[in-house]
Amino acid sequence: MTIGSMTNNSSSKVERVNWSATTVLVLCAVTVLLPLYVTVSMAFKTQGQAVDGNAFSFPAPFSLDGFVQAWTLTNFPVGAAMSLLVTAGTVVATIILAAFASYAIVRNWERRLFRYSFFYLLGAMFIPFPVVALPQIQLTGRLGLDNPFGVILLATMFQLSFSVLLFTAFLRSIPMELEESARIDGATTWQTFWKLIFPLLAPMSATVGIFAFLYAWNDFMMPSLIISDPALQTLPVRQNLFQTQFSNNYHVSFASYLMAMAPAIIAYLFTQRWVMAGVTQGAVKG
Amino acid sequence: MSIITSPTTSGQGGPKHGGPKQATRKQGRQRQGSRRRVEPIFYLFLVPSLVLFTLAITIPGIVGIFFSFTDSIGIGDWEFVGLTNYIAIFTDPAILQSYLFTFGFSIVTVIAVNVVAFLLAVGLTSRIRMKSALRTIFVIPMVVSGIIIAYVFNFLFSNSLPSLGAAAGIPWLESSLLANPDFAWVAIVLVTAWQAVPGALLIYIAGLVAVPGDVYEAAEIDGASKFQQLLKITLPLVSGYVVINIILGFKGFLNAYDIIVGLTNGGPGTSTRSIAMTVISGFNGGDYAYQMANATIFFVVAIVISLVQLSLTRGRNAL
Repeated sequence: MTIGSMTNNSSSKVERVNWSATTVLVLCAVTVLLPLYVTVSMAFKTQGQAVDGNAFSFPAPFSLDGFVQAWTLTNFPVGAAMSLLVTAGTVVATIILAAFASYAIVRNWERRLFRYSFFYLLGAMFIPFPVVALPQIQLTGRLGLDNPFGVILLATMFQLSFSVLLFTAFLRSIPMELEESARIDGATTWQTFWKLIFPLLAPMSATVGIFAFLYAWNDFMMPSLIISDPALQTLPVRQNLFQTQFSNNYHVSFASYLMAMAPAIIAYLFTQRWVMAGVTQGAVKG
Repeated sequence: MSIITSPTTSGQGGPKHGGPKQATRKQGRQRQGSRRRVEPIFYLFLVPSLVLFTLAITIPGIVGIFFSFTDSIGIGDWEFVGLTNYIAIFTDPAILQSYLFTFGFSIVTVIAVNVVAFLLAVGLTSRIRMKSALRTIFVIPMVVSGIIIAYVFNFLFSNSLPSLGAAAGIPWLESSLLANPDFAWVAIVLVTAWQAVPGALLIYIAGLVAVPGDVYEAAEIDGASKFQQLLKITLPLVSGYVVINIILGFKGFLNAYDIIVGLTNGGPGTSTRSIAMTVISGFNGGDYAYQMANATIFFVVAIVISLVQLSLTRGRNAL
């Protein structure tokens, strides 16, 4: 090997830190963080500083006025409660229903009903929400489901395909012997599911739950169309509803954005290992 | 399953106890039983999903296709009008524009997202400092609500950049990108990509980590440059992941709605109206049946794309 090629490749050699790559990546990370920094700094500004046109300046003096106004204007506590209700409902319903259905499908694969059900449930992966949105708005309205519960139902059904796909793939890899030994000990199918299968599914449930969480917490389109009473709207929709009332009070709007975004970001920072593993697993297996 | 296990159990313990015989008999009965009837509880597990799914998705789908052949405005009386809606759609410039915009936007965004995500993944799997901190930061956009971050970018595009442009004396920066009918789509691509890169990035990292290191050592001994290695080794080895990312991304971008509402709300004019926005406009616009025909066409298009993508991935199931 010539000296030239050695220096050329030295950056990748063991124990040498690739400083040029590090620099480029840090610069890229800045573009990710910049909008988030602007959100935080704008939220803590006074009204006077918020309209001065410099979004990147540091808040001076620190002011909580934006938060106080946003809290009452958008009725934040109710919005947060609605978002929490929709998210928790969707996550729990998706995990339970998909795990139930997947277990029944995998254990009765030789039966036509269960086999066809699998492909039937999978069909929704090809149906974009806008395609069925208009009839769904009418249907939920007629059934008295034009509220967060209707959103839970629809969001769960749209998550079902993908979740059933993940669960069935995982269930097929669980050896039958495990279950049979539980049966010999006298456990019913119901007990076997809760005591043996569901705990084994935990890593997949985490993946399914993370996808359902991200979808339900952040979605704007579905709740904005399904929930008819603005007082029952979720946080993302509230930002849209109050957009005109925020007008030029940027410190209020950004405080409101921050309060709506922060819970998901904080939850992510504490669970990032699972989120990253879950997303990778979900995409590669699904 | 029982067919495979029964010979081994009876073969192993057969001569010693009476047990295996019993087991064989029991398994035989089970096998017969599974052919005759399913344990009722399995219906209890499956039926709720089937019923709710049918109610929430299948019935609305059928209802929608049905009304696409009528002149319904969503409530009240209606009449069958045959293919009138469908014929009108193919000559409606607003609809054609929404398809052109949505497909153009999706293709550009898919390319941008994958190029950026792939390069970031190569960087993040190389020998760098602060690896885990950088990875944590790059994934944040994935957990942020699309419409909210679109409002944040909206402020940057329409307030901060123009004032920066005015201060620096750069004329093309002084007016908002979002107010420009020819280039507002660029802003939508940027924000959508900002949010979609993390998902693709994580998949590429998984792919790159799986590439064995000795391949590169061999290439280096043969004198391949870093760039050649990237192009001739890394890229082919993660091509399966490229396909996954293109499929997942394209599917999502075709439904673009939240970010566009937050940035341009379809404007200026109707230059950035996506298919989803056009369909949803049938909710208040009085052309319910017409937009259902549009939605039905969109559904067929989505299925055709899915089938094409499935046939593309069929050969790559080894992943």
